[in-house]
Amino acid sequence: MADSKRISKIILAAVIAFFLISWIIKGLAIHDEDSVLWFSVRDAFLITLAAFLTLAIFSFLYKDNPYYKFAENLFVGVSAAYWMCVGFWSTIIGNMLPNLSESLSSTFGVPYKGFNIFYIVPLILGILLLMRLSSKAGWISRWALAWIVGTTAGLNLVRYLRTDFISQVSNTFVPLLVDWKGFGAFYSGLSLASTGQFVMTLSNWVIFIGVFSGLIYFFFSKEHKGFFGVASKVGIWVLMITFGASFGYTVMGRVSLLVGRLTYLFKDWLGLIS
Amino acid sequence: MSNIGLIISLIVIAIGLLWLFILSLRGKEVERRIIFLFIGLSVSVPLLFNITFSEKATPIVMDVFNKVENLPAGSKILLSYDYGPSMAPEVEPMSNAFLRHALAKGHRVYVMCLWATGQSLAATAIDSVVKKDFPDKVYGVDYINIGFKAGGTGVLNVIITDFRKMYLTDVDGRDLDSLPIFNGIRSLKDMDLLISIGGGYPGVKEWILFAGSQGNIPTAGGCAAVSAPLLYPYYPKQMVGLLGGIKGAAEYESQLKKVYKRFEKSPTPGIKMMGPQTLAHLIVMAFIVIGNISYFVSKRKRS
Repeated sequence: MADSKRISKIILAAVIAFFLISWIIKGLAIHDEDSVLWFSVRDAFLITLAAFLTLAIFSFLYKDNPYYKFAENLFVGVSAAYWMCVGFWSTIIGNMLPNLSESLSSTFGVPYKGFNIFYIVPLILGILLLMRLSSKAGWISRWALAWIVGTTAGLNLVRYLRTDFISQVSNTFVPLLVDWKGFGAFYSGLSLASTGQFVMTLSNWVIFIGVFSGLIYFFFSKEHKGFFGVASKVGIWVLMITFGASFGYTVMGRVSLLVGRLTYLFKDWLGLIS
Repeated sequence: MSNIGLIISLIVIAIGLLWLFILSLRGKEVERRIIFLFIGLSVSVPLLFNITFSEKATPIVMDVFNKVENLPAGSKILLSYDYGPSMAPEVEPMSNAFLRHALAKGHRVYVMCLWATGQSLAATAIDSVVKKDFPDKVYGVDYINIGFKAGGTGVLNVIITDFRKMYLTDVDGRDLDSLPIFNGIRSLKDMDLLISIGGGYPGVKEWILFAGSQGNIPTAGGCAAVSAPLLYPYYPKQMVGLLGGIKGAAEYESQLKKVYKRFEKSPTPGIKMMGPQTLAHLIVMAFIVIGNISYFVSKRKRS
């Protein structure tokens, strides 16, 4: 136990020493005659800190450790504080005060738009939400929450039904023979261009078969046998291909993020690439 | 010299994969940290040796490009930064490319965000792209940043009818009515094109559902790769086009460079990321093959 504590302290000292040296080297690298010394010191510190936090997060790939925990907690704390501050300045100061108080608007330097009694409602609801912080009066926040849930559900139901559900169903009704003028015209104009008649027709057939078989796979009121069974199997294949495409895209997304962090380490911190 | 380094690195990776392949044939499991190491190497090597590939814009990307290109100069384009730093490496190249393209065509650009974290990223983009590449463009006349408002889809529900019910000032507290770019702008319906760049909620999908389809406003998007498969069904009827992940960004950058010679020397982070992407994907594919061989070998041994 004593040995592991000593090893932890040695690692901590080594990490601190490494990043202090890195800070000094970076500061010397970015400082020139034209720049202010304080700015160079500050910039070098920020670059080194970001590199430390990146490596601390990466260290989780080896195993869970205190450096990872520190970086993770710092990230959560900073994110929460950032969202709260931006929300306060953009919504309470930016939207509410200009519609409620002339004196407060001028104090915060936002244009006063005249008193609007309706803005009292969100003010009260906002205060009610904060009652959650009290153990005795916490239940009052449910009123505001109920308002939010109710209005959001009402608005979204109509919007999603009209612009998502119905529009998506409508998008599925595609012509299975695009600009069809007979087999002769089809063969003479055969082209593999993405906007060509052949490719468009093929694409529409894929959409039709994909949607049709996918729906059959999720239709459980009839046993999946015969034609139904075959269509259901095609549906499984369609789903598997979809999941495969999603996985491929996810890999691409995650690799992009890794490239972003490594670019930062190689370019901004170590200066290995231009 | 760099070519020799690259060849040596690739040979080391290939030998490593071969060794893992032999191990899997012997029925031994590969430790997950070895996979991480290989992915790290496959991304680092192309970055350090600057391996890039040429990109050609696909129709779904070309549709966005052509839409921006074919709008008459002075058209109003709204760019919404709906992402945070965790998504930035993937979608920032898109937003920068959109900004460059729109301003080069002489459009008016309205920047806003549905994510609080997008506000500072939008400000950074304006500093690094607009002020650097377009010093002649005037804030409040050619472009504006109106920043973030809390509410997500609620914000869209309001600004589809009236901007000023939600946005009274720009991001720096200037009255919108005092800025010429907002003269005659009442709601989102006055915009000629909406472009959302994001990948979470609210993002491109919400812009399509709550603004584009609702107000019959052409809507395009650029999104993180994870969300791309969910957004393709909206193309082409409800969405002009889509830049899916870093591949979409690279294609757009490539097309922009091809059409506008002035951007030949501009940074192209999207294109530069495609080298590491290609090698990392090959490594992932190799591991899928090795994993399957390992599975079938162990299955045979058990039986």
